[in-house]
Amino acid sequence: MSVLIDRQTRLLVQGLTGREGTFHAQQAAAFGTNVVGGVTPGKGGLVHEGWPVFDTVDQAVRETGADASVIFVPPPVAADAIMEAADAGLALAVCITEGIPTIDMLGVVRFLEDRPTRLIGPNCPGVISAGKAKAGIIPGHICREGRVGIVSKSGTLTYEAIHQLTLLGLGQTTCIGIGGDPLIGTSFVDALRLFAGDDATEAVVLIGEIGGAAEEEAAAYIAKAYPKPVVGFIAGQTAPPGRRMGHAGAIVSGGKGTAAEKMAALEAAGVTVVKSPAGIGAAVAARLQAA
Amino acid sequence: MKLHEYQAKTLFARYGLAVPRGEVAGTAGEAREVAAQLGGRVVVKAQIHAGGRGKGGGVKVADGPEEAARVAEALIGSNLVTPQTGPEGRRVSRVLIEEGLDIERELYLGLLIDRARERPVVMASSAGGMEIEQVAADTPELILREFVDPGLGLAGFQARRLAFGLGLPARLVPPAARVMQAAYTVFRETDAALVEVNPLVVTAGGDVMALDGKVSLDDNALFRHPELRELRDLAEEDELEIAASQHDLNYIRLDGTIGCMVNGAGLAMATMDIIKLAGGEPANFLDVGGGANADQIRNAFRILMSDTNVKAVLINIFGGILRCDVLAAGVIAAVQELEVRVPVVIRMEGTNVEAGKRALQESGLDFTTADAMDEAAALVVAAAGRAA
Repeated sequence: MSVLIDRQTRLLVQGLTGREGTFHAQQAAAFGTNVVGGVTPGKGGLVHEGWPVFDTVDQAVRETGADASVIFVPPPVAADAIMEAADAGLALAVCITEGIPTIDMLGVVRFLEDRPTRLIGPNCPGVISAGKAKAGIIPGHICREGRVGIVSKSGTLTYEAIHQLTLLGLGQTTCIGIGGDPLIGTSFVDALRLFAGDDATEAVVLIGEIGGAAEEEAAAYIAKAYPKPVVGFIAGQTAPPGRRMGHAGAIVSGGKGTAAEKMAALEAAGVTVVKSPAGIGAAVAARLQAA
Repeated sequence: MKLHEYQAKTLFARYGLAVPRGEVAGTAGEAREVAAQLGGRVVVKAQIHAGGRGKGGGVKVADGPEEAARVAEALIGSNLVTPQTGPEGRRVSRVLIEEGLDIERELYLGLLIDRARERPVVMASSAGGMEIEQVAADTPELILREFVDPGLGLAGFQARRLAFGLGLPARLVPPAARVMQAAYTVFRETDAALVEVNPLVVTAGGDVMALDGKVSLDDNALFRHPELRELRDLAEEDELEIAASQHDLNYIRLDGTIGCMVNGAGLAMATMDIIKLAGGEPANFLDVGGGANADQIRNAFRILMSDTNVKAVLINIFGGILRCDVLAAGVIAAVQELEVRVPVVIRMEGTNVEAGKRALQESGLDFTTADAMDEAAALVVAAAGRAA
């Protein structure tokens, strides 16, 4: 089993005809994902690398039966692309784009409130279900079908965790990069809830970072009898206050959002918090052994 | 991107948020002129991107043009140390000269995005002139909040509720509400991450105005505000950080001895953390990005090596899109071209890692390689210790 995406998923690529859209559509297809087409306004009717291109998401959904979309469009138009995906009724929209203005995302969040679409991201590496399908840029070859779910604000740090779990033979069910922006579609709590309902997921890795309070909210949720062991890591233990560490949301402001606070909250909730990112895999192995 | 007070106040005035009369001055002569135009008692305020200026001696009252000129003369070109600048302080290039006001009350007004509620929040407090973090810790009941529907803006009733909540007399509620709505317009129209008016004052004459102003803009939205981009003050930023931003590199200078080059912000933070765990101190945060090429690697190396505190370098790359063989070629070229003399520890993993390792070995250069992050951190900390 897995969550969000699998062999049945029919994936659209918004921004298919761009360089990144093309590359990652090919990678996704090679991984086994059922990529059914793309959307680039003004290029409808073209066939790009074997896939039909549509002018609007709505049209693409009608013609292909797509139920999910991955978005590779530039920041000024990305919020609009997310809303178009939601308006077309897609169950899942995964937005990879980094650099969307926060005020644009305010509108998106509001727009999604009364629609069924789950947004992953933006500013994220996307979602991958090991051995099944992917929507995003997580390299498929480092994954191995297995027992652990991953939810993370970071891209390459997620790859690091995937790699460690693969080396230990534990493998992954689904890895969800939720993104490093201040406003995102899917939270740690949302992802934890999905993993709680997935039989194949025996443990969860949660990778957070400084800024905001999403990790504290996750801790409060886990504390209420979360059914599976959770291993956590928080990046930015040594980050200077008041500086934005790469991700738009990664900032300690007014003494709030520190790694120390988040680590303490997670620990108090029963999460095994590792100080070193090199220790994630081993901590999962230990928790699974003890379970 | 942070704005100076005088820049923030220009924006305030443009959107109908009243500010004291005044003008910025870059020399004592200009300060004298502005003070003469204003007449009477004036306030001279150092313009730097840091708070706590009053405590650091950066805000002074002057009786007339001559004294204003003397105060400006002393401030301009000086290094102002405040509780927020660190011991090295900030160089003052300009002062803002403003009319002196008779102030009856000091209030607080702040606007930002509440991440948990996913809405803009307008915060107001009767405890003006104090650090809002301190107020939040000591007397949280003194902070009032209104969450804004982004489609509608700050509604009149919300602004009135804040104004009444501050205990303002009925006659001051309409002007105070207008000021709050104007502040929201500034926030919204400039794509701000933060608008702070501390203090917002009520004068003896019954005016409600912004005595101070702090605006921080959303860098991701600057593409649609070319006129605001012009307000960036490079003199307030670290020169290496400016050079990095010109190459689309995300670099933050720190005070340790181990230079790091990493792809991805999360992994870059985690690399700093693991260096510290191994007993070392990172010299910087540097994210070369997911799609880095050989040129980017060279630029990154040049910036790393410009920091003379760097005694050893740790390269930690998880190759997903960025292939390890491409990375290795970039590192070899950069080390040769820039004649890097400090020890370099490379940890790479992911796509084409074997080809990358082979290239490093065959280069004849003196690299240390590691497979795991913790091993790499231990190696680079030891190398920096030997070099120190």
